[in-house]
This record gives sequence, structure tokens and C-alpha cells, in this order.
Amino acid sequence: MDFGPFLLLALMEGLVTAAVLALTASGLSLVFGIMRVVNVAHGAFFMLGAVLAWFVSQWVPGPAALSFAVAIVLCPLIVGAIAAAADTAVLKRLNYEPEATIVATIGLLYILEQAALSVFGPDARPVPAPLNFRIQLPWFGYSGYKLAVVVAAALVLLAVWLILRHTRAGLIMRATQIDRDTARAFGINVDKVYAGVFAMGAGLAAIAAVLIVPIQQAHYLMGGDPLLLSFIVVIIGGLGSLRGTLVAALVIGLSDGVISTFFAPTLAKIVATLAVALILVLRPQGLFGKRAA
Amino acid sequence: MTGRPFTTTPTRRTILKGMAGAGALAAVPRFVQAQSSEPIRIGFQLHRTGIGASYGRWYERTASAALKVLNEAGGINGRPVEILFEDDGTDPKRGAEVVEKLTTQSNCDLVMGTLFSHVVIGSAPRAGELKVPYLVCSEGHHVASGMLNRWTLQPGITDVKSQVQGMAPFVSSNLGKKVTMIFPDFAFGHDHRDFFTAAMAAQGGEVIQQIAIPPTETSFTRYFPQIPSDTEVIYHVMVGPAVLTFVKELGEFYGSGARPQLFGFIDSLEAVDINSPGLEFLDGSHFWEGHPRYKQADASEHETFYRDAVGVDDNGASVSDPADIATYAHMFSTWETLFVIKHAMEAAGYTGPADRQKIVEAIEAMTGFEEGQAHPQGPKVFNGKTHQAFGLQSITKVEGGKLVRVHQTSMEDGFYPDEVDYTTMSF
Amino acid sequence: MKLDRALLLHLGLLAALLAFHVAAPAYHHTNIARIMVLAIYAMGYNIAFGYTGLLSLGHALFFGAGLYAAGLLAYHADGTAATGLIAGLAAGGLVAFALGLFALRTAGVAFMIVTLMFAQAGYLTVLYFGSYTRGDEGIVIPKAGRMLGSLDLSDDNTRYLVAFALFAVALLVNLWLARSPRGRIMVAMRENEERSRMLGYNPFTVKLAALTISGLYSGLSGAAYALMFGYAGASLASVQYSILPLLYVLLGGAGTVIGPFLGALLMFYLIDYASSVTDAHQFVTGAALVLLILFAPKGILGTLRERGLRWLP
Repeated sequence: MDFGPFLLLALMEGLVTAAVLALTASGLSLVFGIMRVVNVAHGAFFMLGAVLAWFVSQWVPGPAALSFAVAIVLCPLIVGAIAAAADTAVLKRLNYEPEATIVATIGLLYILEQAALSVFGPDARPVPAPLNFRIQLPWFGYSGYKLAVVVAAALVLLAVWLILRHTRAGLIMRATQIDRDTARAFGINVDKVYAGVFAMGAGLAAIAAVLIVPIQQAHYLMGGDPLLLSFIVVIIGGLGSLRGTLVAALVIGLSDGVISTFFAPTLAKIVATLAVALILVLRPQGLFGKRAA
Repeated sequence: MTGRPFTTTPTRRTILKGMAGAGALAAVPRFVQAQSSEPIRIGFQLHRTGIGASYGRWYERTASAALKVLNEAGGINGRPVEILFEDDGTDPKRGAEVVEKLTTQSNCDLVMGTLFSHVVIGSAPRAGELKVPYLVCSEGHHVASGMLNRWTLQPGITDVKSQVQGMAPFVSSNLGKKVTMIFPDFAFGHDHRDFFTAAMAAQGGEVIQQIAIPPTETSFTRYFPQIPSDTEVIYHVMVGPAVLTFVKELGEFYGSGARPQLFGFIDSLEAVDINSPGLEFLDGSHFWEGHPRYKQADASEHETFYRDAVGVDDNGASVSDPADIATYAHMFSTWETLFVIKHAMEAAGYTGPADRQKIVEAIEAMTGFEEGQAHPQGPKVFNGKTHQAFGLQSITKVEGGKLVRVHQTSMEDGFYPDEVDYTTMSF
Repeated sequence: MKLDRALLLHLGLLAALLAFHVAAPAYHHTNIARIMVLAIYAMGYNIAFGYTGLLSLGHALFFGAGLYAAGLLAYHADGTAATGLIAGLAAGGLVAFALGLFALRTAGVAFMIVTLMFAQAGYLTVLYFGSYTRGDEGIVIPKAGRMLGSLDLSDDNTRYLVAFALFAVALLVNLWLARSPRGRIMVAMRENEERSRMLGYNPFTVKLAALTISGLYSGLSGAAYALMFGYAGASLASVQYSILPLLYVLLGGAGTVIGPFLGALLMFYLIDYASSVTDAHQFVTGAALVLLILFAPKGILGTLRERGLRWLP
């Protein structure tokens, strides 16, 4: 294949990666930005979304599109509820002490993974895509569903942005982020806000997972990579900046694909990884973060 | 690997003699005077969690079924046998700890069972230090390559070098001469790359492109443009939970247009239903299978017995849940290994841990196993010097949603010159 | 009085470990040897994280540097255990120093990610040079490479005693460091970098020194692991092995000398015990972690120190 189409394919693939990554990372960014909590279980929430989507696809009869529609609504709600419960039962009691939360969320990760292994099993299980069409370009074919994922992710991100910018709930979240104590003084129930943010963060990861699972299959260990990548994306983008998270997701999603057109794949991964590290060394506050945060 | 005489490999004559020997072994009186009626304890290092958990679950079921058969037939030397399963988390560090635990805390007579190569290689040194027989069911080339030790043996499954080499004649004469290989960029993939490239060249074919995929990858489409357009066969051997994605994306990439022949190792699709949505693309493609998942028309009575005992239906799924697909191409190795242990312990007159060395010596003295209830996958040649078994491999074709055998290798297809002689090493 | 009490506690731990060598059942004997080796790694992590406040997610890079320095030397160049241990120490220290030059330009969460990325690059490098390292499968260290002079590290008793000796030196150096002026500067850096700077200390050099010492510990531990247990593989350089010492340190108590050992001990037996009671053992491990941290949010020794044992170093 010629270089042009090759690059085009790499870009399209990068775009899909970036879209899903942006969604997962925006959830982590909310939690990290507002609560200052390093949530190691974020990847487990992602995995839980995918696994639940599989159960939904088994239980809901009829066409794949129907079960998918149920899953995209139901799974984030369930995952969000689990997250809110974990927040109230554990994290709140730890007073969101950063170091203690790391251990607690590692514990949570173990519990969720074991639950998936015991109930769902160790196998990778496919979930049918809601729409099945293939786009035939002159040089290669491409999955239409993958492009739909990009559009869907963009819509969800837009909705998150609107909520944060233009609703009262968003205002409260931003106020809590800037100064927890002042917010409390103004009568904001910070506990409730935190539980809500934690649930929303997990829910966003679950939405990303439901979108990706027809491409990737559900597996009980699938949360590891999204966790690491979204973590990286959040920091590169700059803490608390949704726009930064989006740009960083695009940089990471695309760089990987494009660099791999020039180097041997594993070498490309090494180069891409080091490049990301160097971005942070040169701009420790991230692309869109404020200096001296 | 090169330049060594071929004479160290068993000839057909020694194979036949060996099989007769194994037959005689089986005929040794079953109830030798037992020193004790204490149960024999076999430690089983199991991938219960971690990336190997799909295999682990079926390894446990298969070994438990074999144990039941074994005990119903009188156990070993008249003693009942029990298996202690211990999770290694599919992790080499924990693997070594588990060998330790099973040997020194649970007082097992020997340890068996592991699949993933890094766990085997991480655990084998400890087994050697503890001087406990360590019988792996891994298909890795690590045993026969000589990197392990006198206490580590693989009598239940053919190693990857032999498997891969056995595929080349069929691929080159039936599917095509120009092959593009797609494999994970780690040791297991490199074994396939090296052994198949060499075997293909020996058959007059050629591997024209090798695409190594980083193991952290979850999406593959962007690698497909590297497949040269004059490729006649794509040889794929991806592993891990992302393999379904791999096949689906390959299907999307080629669509319904012309595409090369596909040849893959079933490792990619162990525990995965071949009729999963998105896998339609595999129709008409070929697979290596160590043991055909779908019951073949000419299945032996032993095959039927084994399938029933483990609880696998004719489609390779659990009899209690048709969506629960077995890791059929590999799990027979735990069954067969358990019966090798029985023969070895009986031949050695095993009485207790002090006789552990005799087990190794007894297995080293074996030269092969006949097809039978103890060896339902088929006959095997055992090379005592390299501690490695060699069996017949199947090539199946996806036809009408089933894997149908179209070729079976001969024993000789899989032989290669010895790379080690463990029997010259000290215990 | 205070000084004696602390020193006595640490010498007491060492004496107990030595007594354990004579009294221990075989299984636990090897476990403790392994835990002592890993505790050296965790102590190194603690010097960077617990004392100096550098939360790294990339220490597997230093552990891996030591592991492969010793492992590859023995495998490809007939190195002995003595050269392996020295090479591992040096590799861990050098890599940490080099990484520090870059990564210490950042702080806080950016430091976490930069170290994570460098370690990930290191892990991928091990895979990339698979023809030397055998990648994920790893290599078995030849017997000759496991000889420390006339001491055979594959022998159970020798291994325990050598692990003990390394652990004892590491522990006492850590104790000395924690109570020395330099150690106090490290803690000052953690507590208030601005104020320490105003007092005339250069945060960059203090942190670089702490990270390098941390790298020396990690590299030594990696080399000792390879030589004593005979295996070097990529999984030991993966991100899980960066999280592990963090977990040990947080459980045992960050900024305490014995904490890392206690955390490693606890975590090992937690997993070991859980897997013998139930197949779903990660439930037990996970729940235990959550409960432990709920009742001892500063880790076991950290919480004890807050509740009265203020003299704990």
C-alpha cells in the first residue's frame, strides 16, 4: 500500500483510539481535578461497563441495536451507583487523603476484578455491534461502526462540557474544585458533590467501554491499559482542563499510529512513550494547565 | 540447531520399540506392594487468575477428570491420588512461590500443570533446587531447548518448534508459497517467526514479510497495510483477549474481495466460539489444532471417552453451558501428563519423596506412548534426552461453523536434531 | 534514650530474622528470604517517596535495571554473582540519576507520569531486544553466575544468609540516613520545599541524591532477585512492579524504616493465605487492603507513630 493511504488509515485508527480515550480520561479528569483523588480503580469501572454490556446483550432479546441502546443507558448508571457507594463507604471515611486513597482504590480494583472473574468468567466475550456496515475506500475497507464511535464520543463529551459550563450542577462542581472549604461555607453539600463526581467519572468510563466493546470484546483484565492511558492524558492535558484532556487524547491517539508508520511497531511505542514523557518535562503543568498549580 | 547429526532423533524403529515398551509398562501389575496407603499428592500450578485464567479453568477440569479415572482404576501403586491446585496468578514470581508452597508446605510428591512459558521459566529453577519433578503442560520450546534443568519435563504436549515445523509442508503445498507472518512481539511470537521461517524455506516456500505486533496493542488495523499484496498466505498467531479484534479487523480490512489464504494457530481462539459475531471472515481458513475441538467423524473410542469424562460436547463446549468453550487444543496435556506420572511412579516403585529422582529417571527411560485412554490425543514419541514429547498435529478447516480436520502430520514432520541431553546433567 | 530505643528495635528485628533462620519451617524460610530481598526494593522506594515525597510510578525501571544488569551479565558474559550485585547496584543508581536529571524538572502528578512513561519505555526496550533478553519469557540465570565466591546462592541456607546480610546493611544504612542531617533535609523537602530552599538547600540536588540512593537500593534488590531466584523476565520490569513497592510502603507506613519490610511481609502472607482459603482470593486481598487502610490510614507503623510511638524512625 502507498504511503498516503497508509497514513490515512493510521489517522483514522488514531482518531478512534483518541475518541474513546478522551471519554475515559474525561471521567478520570473530573475525579482527579475536582476531588484530587488518584483513582486506581478507574480502569476497573471501564471494564465493568464492558462486562455489563455483555450481560445486557445476553438478556435483552431482539436486534443488537436494541440491547446496545439499553446497555448505553443502563451500564453507566449501574457503574456510577457502585462508584458512589464506594465513595461513601470508603473514600469519604479516608477524608480523600491522597495516599490512603491509592491503597483503597487498589483494594477496590482487586474486588471488582475478582467479581468479574467469578461472575463473568475469564474468557473474552464479544458483544454485537448495533450497526454493521463497512466503508470501502479505494485502498482498503473500514468499519462503519468505528466512525460511529467517534461521533458518539464527541457528542457525549459535548454534553459533559455543557453540563459543566451551563448548569447549576456544573457550577457547584467547579466551585468545589476551586475551593472545597469556601464551597462548604456557601452551603454546598461537598460530600454529595464528591459522590456525584465519582459516580459521573466512573459512568463516563462505562460509556466509553460500552462504545468500544463491540470492537474489542469484554474481558476481566481489559481495564489496565485504559487506566494508564487516561492517567497520562489527564496529566498531559493539564489538570482540570477538559479541553486539555481532549487535545492530549488526540495527541496520544494519533502519535502512536503515525509514529508506527515510520518505525518497527515496538520501537514506535518506545519513541512515542518517551516523546510523551518529554512533553511533560518541558511543560510540567501540561499543555493547558496553569503554571505553578 | 544446525550442523548436528540427525541420529540422536528417534528413528521409526526406535519409535515402534518404544511404544511396545510403553505398552509393557502399562501392563506392569497394577497393585505393586504399596509401602503406604497414604494418598499420593500431586501439586498443580494453576492459572486461576491473570491472563491465563481461561486455560486455567479448563486445565483444572481436565486434570480433575483424569484424576477421577485414575483413582477409579486403583490409583497409583494401589495408593489413592489427590491433586492440590494452587493459583500462580499467571505470574513467574508467584509461580516460583507456588512450586515452593506445594513442595515444602503441602508436601506434594511432584508438581505439574503450568502452561504460560514465563511462569514455567520463572518456576523451573526453584523446582530444580528443591529437587522436585516439575512436569509442565506448556508447549513452549523452553524444555527441549535446554534452558531448564534435569527436573523439568514436558511429556504431555508437543513443543512449539515441532508444531510449527510440522505445519510448513501442508502450508507450502496446499495454501501458498509466499507467506506473511503476523505475531506478537514477544518470545512466543519470535519462536513462531524463527521456526516457521526456517521450516518454510526448507519446503521451498518463503516468508516475505514478518509483522511483529507490540504486546500492549489492542487494535490492529493499522498494521495490515504492511501485508504485501503478493502475499498468498497470512500466518497469524496472536494471543490474549484482543485476538477476536484482530480477526474482525482483518475481515473488515479485506471485506468480501479477494484475500490471501489464512492459516492460524488455534491459540488465538482457544476458549472462543468460532461462530462469534465478527468471525464469519474465518470461514474457509485453516488452523493448527493440537487436538481438534470439534469431534471428528473418525474419532476414536478413547477420544469419546475423554470428551465425556471431562464434560465437553461434540462442539468443544462444556456440556453444561454451550457458551463455555474449552481450551481443547492444549488441555489434553494435563490428562496425559497425569497418566505419564502414574506409569513413571509405578515403574520406579515410588514410595515417597526420597524416590523423586527415580520418577525423572523412569520418565527419561520412556520412548513413547500408544494412543489409548491414557493418551486420547494420539500416540507420542518421547525423547528422554530432551525431556520432550512429540505427537501428531492436526490441521483443520473452518467449514459450516465447525473445524474439520483436513490433514494430520506424520511423526517425522515434527522431529528436529536434539539441542540438549539432560540425562548427562547432575540431579 | 530515644536513640537507643530505636536502634534496639531495628537490631531486634535483625536478631529475630537471624533466629528465624534456625527455627523456620522450610516454606517460610524461603519466603522470608524473598521478602527481605523485596523489602530492600521497598526501602529504596521509601527513601524517595516516604522521606523525600517523590511519588514515582516508575521504580520498576530501577529494579529492572539491576535485574537485567546481573542477569544478562551472567547469561551472556559468564559474570559471577559478585560482579552481578555490583553491576546491579551501579545500574540502578545510574539509571535513577539519569532519570532524575529529566524527571525532577517536574513535581507532583507530572513526576508520577514522567517516571511511569520512562519505566514503560524501559519495559518495552526489554521486549524490543528480545534476542538478548528473551522478552516476556525471560532467562534462567546459569548456575555458575549464581556463585558469590564460594557461596552458592541457589542453596537455601546460603541464600537466606546472603539475603539477610544485604537486608541488614540496607536497613542500617536507611536508619542512619533517616536520623542523619541529610535525612532531615529530605524530610524538610517533603514537608515544605519553599522553606527548605530559603534555608539554603537546593531542592534539585537533594532530590536527585535521594532518587539516586533509591535507585541504588532498587538496583541491588533487582540483582539479588535475579541471582538468588535464578530468573530474569520482563514481567518483573512491568508497571505492576512499580506499584508493588508503593503498596508495601503505604501498608507498612511511609517514612518509617521498618515499614517497607512490614508491608512486604503483610502483602505476601495476605495473598498466600487468601489463596489457600478461597478460589476467589482477590476478594479477600482487596477487602483486607480496604479495611487496613480504613483503620490505619498512615500505614501500620505510621499510625502507631501517630498514636504514641513518636520515637519510631
